[in-house]
Amino acid sequence: MTSPKDEMVLDGNAVAGTLAEIYGDDMTTVLAECTSCGNVDHIGGLIAYVHAPGIVLRCTACATIMIRIVQTPKRTLVDVRGKRIPPPP
Amino acid sequence: MADRFVTRGFVGRREPAGSAQAARIPPGQHLVKDFPVLSAGPTPRTPLASWSFKIEGLVTEPVSWGWDEFQKLPAQDFVKDISCVTKWTKLDTHWRGVSVDILLEHVELNRRAAFVTAFSDGGYTTNIPLPDLIDGQAFVAYDYEGKPLAPQHGGPARLVVPHLYFWKSAKWVRGLRLMERDEPGFWESLGYNNHGDPWKEERYTGD
Ligand SMILES: [Zn+2]
Repeated sequence: MTSPKDEMVLDGNAVAGTLAEIYGDDMTTVLAECTSCGNVDHIGGLIAYVHAPGIVLRCTACATIMIRIVQTPKRTLVDVRGKRIPPPP
Repeated sequence: MADRFVTRGFVGRREPAGSAQAARIPPGQHLVKDFPVLSAGPTPRTPLASWSFKIEGLVTEPVSWGWDEFQKLPAQDFVKDISCVTKWTKLDTHWRGVSVDILLEHVELNRRAAFVTAFSDGGYTTNIPLPDLIDGQAFVAYDYEGKPLAPQHGGPARLVVPHLYFWKSAKWVRGLRLMERDEPGFWESLGYNNHGDPWKEERYTGD
């Protein structure tokens, strides 16, 4: 059974284009390590919430935030929280 | 013929109503009939037995209500237009809840208290100046359109501050922290406006 919430959950591949714009490279195969539970995933495999004022990528194991992205008309703001993820250039 | 006449008359009467409606839509917003769900994380499902609502921070004595106690507080029905920063506006939404004025009657505020951080299950926070939460402007709501507020819309209870963009109306709210200084919340710390007045299009900081 799919709840309205579940329909809104995508994975990191859904924001591959946005991440490529920010980093100038494909990021989906880069590894991210959760600061809370230590789980390691490819960024493309993270849980993605995109139906919000910004994009939030979370740990698949414990939902701790790995990356937050807000795109305003003038700039893009990125908050990298997961380990191993390079800072945006 | 009769039908056409009725239809024309109906359209004619509705024109003033239509422009009155347009006057209620803030700049850059469009009208929706549905209620879009926006979430930055998994929907928390806190059992009512372990739910509480706290007022803490710059108060002489913090206060906390359990769910049953909260239901006994004087509640009111209210009808408000709401605007989301993702550009939708919904008119005449019906809610029931407790005004923040009533909640604040239960604490003695430190005179330095000037800002509030609303905090929620799941770790969400949002910051709001204290003057925007008082004088009947803000509520902790638990019913929506005559039914218990659904989890995807912030149930069991959410903050409703209808005169600010709806990200300020924290879903799954569990308390208010009184502060001396403004402290950016979840979205405010990443580019969104500390105030968020839709009529002034206060969407972002520094844009
Ligand atoms: Zn984790």
